[in-house]
Amino acid sequence: MRSIRFVALAAVTGLVLAACGGGDDETGSGDDGGSGGEPVELSFQTLAWQTASVEANEAIVAAWNEANPDIQVELIQGDWNNVHDQLMTSFEGGTAPDVFHYESTVLQDFGDRGNVLDLAEYLSDEIRDDIRAGAWDTATFDEAVYGVPFLQESQVVFANRKLLEAAGVTLPTVDDPWTWDEFADVSAQLTTDGQFGAVVPLNAPANRILNLARNFGGDYFTDLTGEVQAVFDEADQEVPRRIHEMLYTDNSASPDGIGMSSADALPGFFAGQYAMLPGAIWLRQQIIEQAPDGFDWVTLPALEGESSAQGAVSQTLSVSAETEHPEEAVQFIEYFLNAENQVQLAAGDWLLPTSQEAAQSPELNDPATGWDVATATAENLEMAPFQQVKGFEEWKSRIANPAFQEYFSDQISLEDLGAKLVDEGNAVLERYQR
Amino acid sequence: MNRSTPVATTLKYLALAGYLVFLAFPLFWLISTALKTPQEIALIEPTWIPNNITFDNFRAAFDEQPIVRSILNTLLVAGVSCLVTVVLSIPAAYVMARYRSVLSRMTLVWVLLSQIFPFILVIIPLFLLLRDLGLYDTYIGLIAVYVVWSMPFALWMLRSYVETIPIELEEAASMDGASKVRTLASVIAPLLAPGVVAAGLFAFVSAWNEFLFALVLIRDPELQTLSLTLVKFIGAEGVARLGPLAAASLVATIPSLIFFAFMQRRLTGGLLGGAVKS
Repeated sequence: MRSIRFVALAAVTGLVLAACGGGDDETGSGDDGGSGGEPVELSFQTLAWQTASVEANEAIVAAWNEANPDIQVELIQGDWNNVHDQLMTSFEGGTAPDVFHYESTVLQDFGDRGNVLDLAEYLSDEIRDDIRAGAWDTATFDEAVYGVPFLQESQVVFANRKLLEAAGVTLPTVDDPWTWDEFADVSAQLTTDGQFGAVVPLNAPANRILNLARNFGGDYFTDLTGEVQAVFDEADQEVPRRIHEMLYTDNSASPDGIGMSSADALPGFFAGQYAMLPGAIWLRQQIIEQAPDGFDWVTLPALEGESSAQGAVSQTLSVSAETEHPEEAVQFIEYFLNAENQVQLAAGDWLLPTSQEAAQSPELNDPATGWDVATATAENLEMAPFQQVKGFEEWKSRIANPAFQEYFSDQISLEDLGAKLVDEGNAVLERYQR
Repeated sequence: MNRSTPVATTLKYLALAGYLVFLAFPLFWLISTALKTPQEIALIEPTWIPNNITFDNFRAAFDEQPIVRSILNTLLVAGVSCLVTVVLSIPAAYVMARYRSVLSRMTLVWVLLSQIFPFILVIIPLFLLLRDLGLYDTYIGLIAVYVVWSMPFALWMLRSYVETIPIELEEAASMDGASKVRTLASVIAPLLAPGVVAAGLFAFVSAWNEFLFALVLIRDPELQTLSLTLVKFIGAEGVARLGPLAAASLVATIPSLIFFAFMQRRLTGGLLGGAVKS
């Protein structure tokens, strides 16, 4: 009797478990090698998440699959918040997608680990010529090209047009942008009881500050590809000092921004608490979707320091080093990122395309949605120097973001900020140079 | 018999009401957000009740992500994990409670120690192991991980329950000629019902909410669980599409609420059953 029950229990458990085994247990990169007339199968992991962008990804892949029966692409949906852990694990386990979407800041690390394919010998002249040279710089390390750059963001200023016009402020143009001084003056002019001239979201400020530091020639590091050292010279100090002055000397920037992400600042911006909101160009989509009816806003050009240069990283498509079909993977990438498709991808994510032809499209130059101003910033983008720094991510998360937050909270001085970025920062970076 | 004064009774009900509001607020806010327009979600002074109720968020959530399939996947994974955890834990907990030895004490210590390891520490070895076993990207692999992860706590919980059951009941069953297995099935198991339900709930909820293992161990979109689907409403720089996210989360909550309601009745029934027998 006992044995019968035991067998029955084991059988039921086994059946239940067997019923659950619905997955594909292949562990390779998802192809059969394309031999024997079977189509080559490529897996492509995208990080698109906005509705229009997801739809664009699906449509492009579907069009490719229809036009290329011999090279079929399986679209896999990843997500930005966990992609790094997920990719690292799949690299270790040999299950990485053939083609994957990520950003240029990680490519050097992936390249050093041998996880990503050098595309230099595979890319056609057509795509090399179409994508801006400054964007290629973000994905090129020494001579190796570890990804094809396709989307970039730049920083602009969003303004409540009604408040600015009521104060008699003349709006800047792409040809005549505000300097940082002019921005601070206008911000002070717009500051009244219950209203700040600006709010600068500073929740995780390091990336933004370092990118904007290029306005004054600041790069925060020396000897980027050698024995890199963190520095904090006058050029590096300009942007944080100016924001700090707006916060605590002019009182024209709301201290609310210290704990806010850009999206967090939108309710106050819509309510008229803040007249201007410096932010990345993708924020336009959030404004359009969330702004109350009748809210009159405008995209103002990027601020100018000694120049309008901004550091930029890129979203990229890369090929796993373990793929068995590098040529086919690059063919797919070149199709995916042709000018026509880049228009759809850029429009879907409200970011700049790296394709020069795509940037000319009417859709990406529409003044009604600020695309004309956003697209004009493309010529100011240059490779963010920090992306070449080994250990930057740890420097940023452990040292820079907390130190900037302390400074912008007025808890430490500019000198203290510099000491943290340099002394504590170099102790972190030193470990990556052994 | 102590009689409560009207003031004490009022305070008691006020405290209970306050606690209820505290517990129910997240669900209320989820419902409210799911029914708001993006403009209303972005108001600086949030509204409790949506001014213009919209179901667009539900439409968007269902259009963009396979919510129903993810719920079914998660129900399957969590349900089987719960079942297997309980089935394996009952005899193991019984042995640990009734057969005291150095080995059982060491096992107990190891069970407790295993709970202090963070998930991230074991994820890569686990990934490699499952891949080599051919269980990567399968429900069986994921369920096996969930069972292993839930069992120590379930064991600990059930062991404590077994210890509260008088040994005399087993001796009486033995005197009546019942075997050990029969005693476990007919005498101990019914008395363990509250513990089994509590352990089962723990295993179910652990699997229902789990994210990291599912992220790393499941690649096939057809097999993805709910947590993997919900996170797709959050993009770069932590920007969330709150309306569709709230709508999807609300829908995702319903099956687990039903499961809890069902199991809670069993929990109460089990408690009463145990009381009568003791």
